[in-house]
Amino acid sequence: MSAIYILWLRQLKRYFRSKARMIGSIGQPILFLVALGFGFGPIFEKAGGGNYLQFLAPGVIAMGILFTAMFMGIEIIWDKQFGFLKETLVAPISRMTIMLGRTLGGATVALAQGVLVFLIAWAIGFRPSFHLIGVAFIFMILIAMLFTAIGTAIASVVDDMQGFPLIMNFLVMPLFFLSGSLFPLAGLPGPIETIARLDPLSYGIDGLRGALVPGALQFGFWFDFGVLGVITIIVLGIGAYLFSKIEI
Amino acid sequence: MSNIIEVKNLTKKYGDFTAVDDISFAVEKGEIFAFLGPNGAGKTTTIKMLTTLLKPTSGEILLDGKNPVHDESAARKSFGIVFQDPSLDDELTALENMEFHAVLYKVPKDVRKPRIEELMNFVELWDRRNDLVKEFSGGMKRRLEIARGLLHHPKILFLDEPTTGLDPQTRNHVWSYVKNLNEKEKITVFFTTHYIEEADRYASRVSIMDHGKIVAGGTPDELKKQTGKDLLEDAFIELTGYDIRKESAGADNMRTHAKVWGRR
Repeated sequence: MSAIYILWLRQLKRYFRSKARMIGSIGQPILFLVALGFGFGPIFEKAGGGNYLQFLAPGVIAMGILFTAMFMGIEIIWDKQFGFLKETLVAPISRMTIMLGRTLGGATVALAQGVLVFLIAWAIGFRPSFHLIGVAFIFMILIAMLFTAIGTAIASVVDDMQGFPLIMNFLVMPLFFLSGSLFPLAGLPGPIETIARLDPLSYGIDGLRGALVPGALQFGFWFDFGVLGVITIIVLGIGAYLFSKIEI
Repeated sequence: MSNIIEVKNLTKKYGDFTAVDDISFAVEKGEIFAFLGPNGAGKTTTIKMLTTLLKPTSGEILLDGKNPVHDESAARKSFGIVFQDPSLDDELTALENMEFHAVLYKVPKDVRKPRIEELMNFVELWDRRNDLVKEFSGGMKRRLEIARGLLHHPKILFLDEPTTGLDPQTRNHVWSYVKNLNEKEKITVFFTTHYIEEADRYASRVSIMDHGKIVAGGTPDELKKQTGKDLLEDAFIELTGYDIRKESAGADNMRTHAKVWGRR
């Protein structure tokens, strides 16, 4: 337990000491909120979809979490290059402890990012219902956990500092665009809908939007929660296994 | 006396390159054992296999009766290590690096604080404890790594070229601490070094490795007698030859090569 805590604490300290990373990573969500929110707003409204910013904001909050979470994996590659990973790997702690500690640390950072995007969205006109804010927060945690775990597990098998961002972009973009973050999933052409349903982020966004915007829920809270929870546990298991296979 | 480290027919291959070639040796409980060899001899590769960081191609290892290949977590509980290359977190302070290690190795809370202070005073870094490691010089980082490696008191302590880059005063200082730890707490010390006089002075037994094989072994005096030299350093050169080793033939490069080109 204390090992998980110290691994978590280390991630936070590293992140909050790097102001550039904190500021740099909110640029993109702001751009999406402003450009898409105000750009597509009139069309969305004409088509009978209501206020687009209300619809879009939960998607962009999830995006802020997704991007930060997936890219947290770079810390593992960093640690490989600077030698610190050895220090963790020879320690008498289980590989699951390492995986959990790192994922919790990264997820906390990603969550902080999500909260920041939430506040920015609110400042530019997003008016959520605070009735189910606790549920929304739980879904933000789940999104953060799942995608940090995925990024961390992938990073454990990648050695290449330049290659990792490329792999991540290759994954993050489709995860984001095909998730229902930018458009409603109902009424999509068949194949796209199928793909969207295979994208775990769709369930995170459904839960988050369902909690923040009344009437927006599509799949149901417990279903979303179950899907995200089960996949997270599976990915954590895979990550712990991959950590036990690292040779340096 | 019983053996705390036993290695039998240990081999590590990277493709066609054999970094460690069928070596066997044993280290007795409580001794200070020097593992010497020119660059690229396979010392670090051997230590990495002993400490669960690399999987052997073949052969058997027992650390305090546990097999680091099959029973990793039990084996990890028995040793501590100071690595040859840097392994500090530059973005943390010196004190934070020490605390991180103490928690991972479950150093009891009441021991943790006084021992961190003692060790950081010992390497003269206590005054700089709240500075980020990235602001440290190479020598200071090295001293911090040593202090960190001594923080928990394991049964076996691996020191992979611990004193490289340190001045004679600091080296002497570090060695007297290690020696004291060895005598007081019966900690077995397994170390590599290029300062052969350190082996002469502190090691009870020495193994010399070259081109992946163990070429000689015994007490420093036995090796001197065997080669007819007065200094262990001369005996070492006699046994391993005068050629300067190309580091490019070293295991690390071969490994990178094997990774880049695939394991064929």
